[in-house]
Amino acid sequence: MSAPATDICCDACLARPWLLARLGGHLDLVRARIEALLALDDGALIDAVGGTARAVITRDREQFDPARARREAADAGVALVCRCATVYPATLRDLDNPPSVLHVAGVAGRLTDALREEAVAVVGARRATPYGLEMAADLGRGLGAAGVTVVSGMALGVDCVAHAGALGGGGTTVAVLPCGPEHAYPRSKRSLHRRLLTDGVVVSELPPGAAVHRWAFPARNRIIAALAAMTVVVEAGERSGALVTARIAGTVGREVGAVPGRVGSSQAAGPNRLLADGARVVRGAQDVLDHLYGAGVRTVVDTRPPLEPELQRLLVAVEEGHDTTAAIARAGFAPADGLAALAALELSGHIRRRPGGRFAVVP
Amino acid sequence: MLVAATNPCPCGFAGVGDRCVCGEVELRRHRRRLSGPLLDRMDLLINVERPTEAELRDGARVDSASVRARVADARERQRARLAGTAASANGEMDGRLTRRHARLESRAEAALGRAYTVGALSARGRHRVLRVARTIADLAGRERISEADILLALSLRQRSGGELALVA
Repeated sequence: MSAPATDICCDACLARPWLLARLGGHLDLVRARIEALLALDDGALIDAVGGTARAVITRDREQFDPARARREAADAGVALVCRCATVYPATLRDLDNPPSVLHVAGVAGRLTDALREEAVAVVGARRATPYGLEMAADLGRGLGAAGVTVVSGMALGVDCVAHAGALGGGGTTVAVLPCGPEHAYPRSKRSLHRRLLTDGVVVSELPPGAAVHRWAFPARNRIIAALAAMTVVVEAGERSGALVTARIAGTVGREVGAVPGRVGSSQAAGPNRLLADGARVVRGAQDVLDHLYGAGVRTVVDTRPPLEPELQRLLVAVEEGHDTTAAIARAGFAPADGLAALAALELSGHIRRRPGGRFAVVP
Repeated sequence: MLVAATNPCPCGFAGVGDRCVCGEVELRRHRRRLSGPLLDRMDLLINVERPTEAELRDGARVDSASVRARVADARERQRARLAGTAASANGEMDGRLTRRHARLESRAEAALGRAYTVGALSARGRHRVLRVARTIADLAGRERISEADILLALSLRQRSGGELALVA
């Protein structure tokens, strides 16, 4: 294991995350793109955004105490990996403005393991449609089951479902947060955050306790884009942060893919635009595996238990379009048996119930 | 007893071919009008499909008298089982009575456990599913609750959007 048992971080690098947390909302007040600001050195950054607080912040910066930062990280259960360390993810060096320190919450060393092979980012809308959520869950699960690490931002909607799918498929997943990694953002995702701490990994450019600011979202999106060999956008409105991730992925030479959406649906505008501009068509996890490794080299494996013949027969019936309970009765299943079998297929993850009561086969 | 009905969407045609004209936002708003905790207090949640033309023409296939006889039998079993308690039917069983009288076969136990752990059920929902499964077994004249009884009870609790809605 090349995993860091303890922090691998130099004092000089520690000042940067401290400064970003100290600047906080100042970074939201200037019109410059956050990516450009983050490429500035500390002094220039304070000059650019510090405003009237410049002198105070500069003085605080001179009095920054790295020992205290280490203590606070240790107390929060957060490991530190700076860009001078050999275990720092090499992919981040493709950025003009790589984070100087990664704050890693969860099992130490998991990050190195998770990023040993090429990872895939699955990102998209918070207010996703049922279709988008299904596609994100299936992508997460398929990639997880194939042993591909899923990277995302733990945002509501697509991001969360992709993480959960990856864990459900038995894979690992990396969440990049726009605040300190030790607590859940959004708060309502506490239970997913807990699962990520034990079975995945949560990272951030920002130190424990750092609050969420508007700039931190595009900033963390650049980390997601760089960590992944391919960024897949599931659903996204015209102004979605997922499109920021896709744009940065393109500029650092990563693959960009998108799940086709229904023309006219506002959440499909983002991915359909990307497809029109040449992004890869992603219909499911297999398309991603084919793009990354070559057609058919790696395949999506089914981790679900094999079905009894009767359930298999019902699954085929649903696949053929007998997707309501009445249709299933017409296909020759006694009503009570058919209903019970549907519940069994739902519990084993072979079918799912769509809003409106129709059943769909989970690939 | 409370029986309630709702349309699947504001226009009323969701699930009928392409006739539904509601947008995502309208659907979401429509679904939110019935709160989760309220729906959780229902024993049975059933998606009623549009009958085919032939079904409308032919009328009921099961006659009311035979159903009535099965229901009377099932209720008699319940009354006998619950004699001496505050309850006289499965729907009146509290948590303690349910634990005592809803005995599960091991595969039934496993199915219910799985439904709970994947998040398809709340604690309250689990209790209600058990009572419904007890009734299904009573209608079949069986004392032990089988896996099929539990699965059928789960199926009769159709929170559309199910597991995914909970994850998102």
